[in-house]
Amino acid sequence: MSDVLAVTEHRRGELRDVSHELITAGRQLADATGGDLHLAVISGNVEEYAEKLDRRGVTEIHTVDYGEEFNHDVYVQAIEALYDAIGPQYVIAPNTVNGLDYAPAVAQRLDLPLVTDAVDMTVDDGLSVTREFYAGKTEGDVDVAGEGALVTIRPGEWPGAEGVGDAVVDAFDVEVDEGAVRSTVTGYQEVGAGDVDISEAEVLVSVGRGIEEEENIALIEELADAMGATVSSSRPIVDNGWLPQDRQVGQSGKKVTPDVYIAIGISGAVQHVAGMKGSDTIIAINNDPSAPIFDIADYGIVDDLFDVVPALTEEFE
Amino acid sequence: MKILVTVTEVAEADDEFEIDGLSIDERYLTYDLNEWDNYAVEEAVQIGEEHDDVEVVTATVGPERAEETIRQALAKGADRAVRVWDDQLADATMIDAATKARLLAAVAEEEDPDLVLAGVQSNDVAFGATGVALAAELGFEWAAVVNQLDLDADAGVASVHRELEGGVEELTDVELPAVLTIQTGINEPRYASLRGIRQAQSKPLDVHAPADLGVDLGESTLSLTSLEEPETESNVTLFEGSAEETASELAEFLKERGVGV
Ligand SMILES: Cc1cc2nc3c(=O)[nH]c(=O)nc-3n(C[C@H](O)[C@H](O)[C@H](O)COP(=O)(O)OP(=O)(O)OC[C@H]3O[C@@H](n4cnc5c(N)ncnc54)[C@H](O)[C@@H]3O)c2cc1C
Repeated sequence: MSDVLAVTEHRRGELRDVSHELITAGRQLADATGGDLHLAVISGNVEEYAEKLDRRGVTEIHTVDYGEEFNHDVYVQAIEALYDAIGPQYVIAPNTVNGLDYAPAVAQRLDLPLVTDAVDMTVDDGLSVTREFYAGKTEGDVDVAGEGALVTIRPGEWPGAEGVGDAVVDAFDVEVDEGAVRSTVTGYQEVGAGDVDISEAEVLVSVGRGIEEEENIALIEELADAMGATVSSSRPIVDNGWLPQDRQVGQSGKKVTPDVYIAIGISGAVQHVAGMKGSDTIIAINNDPSAPIFDIADYGIVDDLFDVVPALTEEFE
Repeated sequence: MKILVTVTEVAEADDEFEIDGLSIDERYLTYDLNEWDNYAVEEAVQIGEEHDDVEVVTATVGPERAEETIRQALAKGADRAVRVWDDQLADATMIDAATKARLLAAVAEEEDPDLVLAGVQSNDVAFGATGVALAAELGFEWAAVVNQLDLDADAGVASVHRELEGGVEELTDVELPAVLTIQTGINEPRYASLRGIRQAQSKPLDVHAPADLGVDLGESTLSLTSLEEPETESNVTLFEGSAEETASELAEFLKERGVGV
């Protein structure tokens, strides 16, 4: 019992990047335990996915050809069956919306300790997982007691695996109990496009919860006007209905890569950073020096936005 | 119909803080209702307003201090509350999702709800696992990261939108009873009215020890062994001085790059 099972992810016909990152993370664990790395590919075009997942370090790829799209009830049953067949020490899954839709249920059913959103893992006497606490302001190590564990890994933390592998592909038969499938995916919907496409903008002035009130958004709009920039935002601004949904940057919003991204009153939560870390130059204006946004910013001002923003607007008028 | 809403208090660290052992020094922490739970409470209260005979009960694993947070949920319209705690929980460096799920499941078994609403995650620890673990513990169906909910109680189905990455939503029908984890933005959480705040003081808030609920906690599978401010890989260059000075430096820097000229 020293093997690692990594559950890959796909959506609407495409493997997601995190699948190749899982191979790297899984290989790291398997090297530490001296075991094999198994991949699970569940639902959809499993053969095509298996081919794309055959990278260096993978021992065996188990395909479960059942259904087209993600269904957590199917995933839970398939992972349980694979776990029984392979007997891995560790199971890893992506810390994505779908990963978090099945991993806690799998952990519960297999009686495995669960640690989510790992940014690093080490195996010494046992498994130790590094993750963030207090909204990204601190980082801690979580020790897992006992033999096995299920860990979800943060996307973007491990590099994607490369190289051509020589994994064995195993078409794995799962008797899915249809009576236990009690949810049905009926379709998908994409967030409608508005008049502005923030992913096309060269300069984004992005506003976060630090702006406090809807009427203060005008300060940001004035700055953007003076600079010839486009206004975008973090999630709470859209949740509050202060800006339309198509202005949201982040995991569930848009991915942007402008020349200049100015984050104003944005803390830099991982789901926000996922959408803007590819920007050329990142500038943060925030009165909290410990805000995680400063970890990825190139330039910053630690001060009250209500003092800095009007002064900056004046400079451009 | 009965709706159970899981509610937790979360700790927020001040701008400047110190770490004391395995947690942030209490002096730098402020406690508040978890952002995601605020939306879950609102969703439950709105269902109560739209349907007849709905009781909204909150369930919390947390210390006495959390009663302030629980009263906020009661002030917004929940009918009564249950809180679970004991010394062993207080001593743990970390309470894993499985333990929370077992405790909340014990409450749910007594309450027998048709629907359980949880927050997607808590702001501070952000495991994002309690709701789905609870569903598995109860044998309920579930859906994670729900940003739209239409309940057909007669048909026993919740039609939900699950918010996936990149602006895509998955439309899913979920059989009841179910646990749904609620995403921010699903509704507009109300502020408690003065009347609500007054009424909350007299709404029932029952406290149980795990043993009262028949839960034997056992050894914790997870323990926190270190906590630190992450070593910053940051290469940030800070502009310093008064707001006028920093603004002028930043403007100059931007103009050199061709912004706004
Ligand atoms: C499944 C999921 C998906 C998500 N998707 C997204 C997404 O797509 N995009 C997204 O942005 N978030 C997303 N989030 C939410 C994310 O976790 C954070 O809650 C959110 O990004 C926080 O937004 P914020 O930085 O504006 O607010 P906060 O975290 O509250 O930060 C506000 C900041 O403003 C600063 N501030 C306050 N007052 C002032 C002042 N006067 N002057 C200067 N600074 C000030 C504070 O120091 C603080 O750093 C998602 C979460 C989940 C669970």
